[in-house]
Amino acid sequence: MNELIQKAKSLLESDTVQVVIGYGKGSADKTRAIFLTKPEDCDQLLFDSRCVQNLAVYLTKHEIKHLGKPAIVAPIPVLRSILQLAVENQLKESDLVILGVSPESKLIEFDSFGAIELFLNAYKIQIDEKYKATIDKIKAMPVSERFAFWIKELEPCFKCYACRAACPLCYCPKCTVENNQPQWIPAASHLLGNLEWHVMRAMHLAGRCTDCEACYNACPMGIPIHLLTKSMLQDVEEHFGPYGPSVGKRNTLSSFNPDDKESFIR
Amino acid sequence: MTEFEPKIVAFVCNWCTYAGADLTGTSRIKYAQNVKIIRFPCTGRIDFMLLLKAFGEGADGIIVSGCHPNDCHYTSGNFHARRRWIMFRGLLDLLGIDVRRIQYSWVSAAEGAKWADVVNTTVTAIRELGPYTDYAKVANYLEKEANV
Ligand code: SF4
Ligand code: SF4
Repeated sequence: MNELIQKAKSLLESDTVQVVIGYGKGSADKTRAIFLTKPEDCDQLLFDSRCVQNLAVYLTKHEIKHLGKPAIVAPIPVLRSILQLAVENQLKESDLVILGVSPESKLIEFDSFGAIELFLNAYKIQIDEKYKATIDKIKAMPVSERFAFWIKELEPCFKCYACRAACPLCYCPKCTVENNQPQWIPAASHLLGNLEWHVMRAMHLAGRCTDCEACYNACPMGIPIHLLTKSMLQDVEEHFGPYGPSVGKRNTLSSFNPDDKESFIR
Repeated sequence: MTEFEPKIVAFVCNWCTYAGADLTGTSRIKYAQNVKIIRFPCTGRIDFMLLLKAFGEGADGIIVSGCHPNDCHYTSGNFHARRRWIMFRGLLDLLGIDVRRIQYSWVSAAEGAKWADVVNTTVTAIRELGPYTDYAKVANYLEKEANV
């Protein structure tokens, strides 16, 4: 941890970066995102198992960009998001300094997106067996029962959009849900609107989501929306091969192969 | 009791299926009247949200159709669309939205007879499945509550 603090200090002192995005103490025993602009504040940085928020979400936010060039504390899920943002041309290597944190809490510096990819090759996204089992269980239900199951699961959603705000890949300045000409999705918490919202959210993340679970962690109602994106990751793998961001490779749904196979088009 | 007449919405591309459906007409081929055709510039333009809107407005079945692979007027619109349909279908299936009610097809401008067949078989299949009450209940649940 000392390593990280020293590095952050020196980056701010030398004015290499103007802000350090990291984890600090939150309320009660929680941690929160902190934005440090002065070297003497860097002692507030901490890193432990409670630091699950995906900080990459701040890299595309106006308020943060406004502060200047950032250095960002980046455990594996954050590294994946950074790489995905790079693939989507949302970040340049010169835009930021990455303070990678290995699973052993060691500081790793990356000088290129390629280096991140190389490192992540040893940490491929893997869907937990327990989630796979849940998804299989849902898929085994008769169609009406499955529909009823999801309508009930999605009913508590009150459209706070915390899931969207927490997702590093939901960076559009204007989201389809805010569009009211036409009103694609009813703004009220309505059974049909909730369903439409979650279909839209999942579809817009199809082939992009890096399975960080920030959306699920942010949801105040504990709605298992991560099951949707996890299931879509499985679908990507089944139909289009291994998933995960890769420099120079386009997103699943921004590319195609003339030989893509399906079995349902007549 | 009168027989259930399925309401079908067809989202088709301008260059192939729409022209194909036109040929069905000019060839005087008779086919089921249950379908409302909506013309798009390309299958790549058929936003998945439109399919949800069709179900939300009371469609019992949907047809999505465009140019055969390699025949797209814009070269690759249908290839992109195909990938999106594969992902969309998987998501709908997980959510319990009845994917049997959505028929995808490639119908070229020369395939007037195939269009008639796609519509007829879809109508038959949806007639067997019955009205899409599961979705209608969710779409109209506020009205239902107001009526009791
Ligand atoms: S897991 Fe959720 S927050 Fe993370 S990338 Fe996927 S959709 Fe976004
Ligand atoms: S965070 Fe939860 S309640 Fe809020 S919009 Fe997302 S799913 Fe709905």
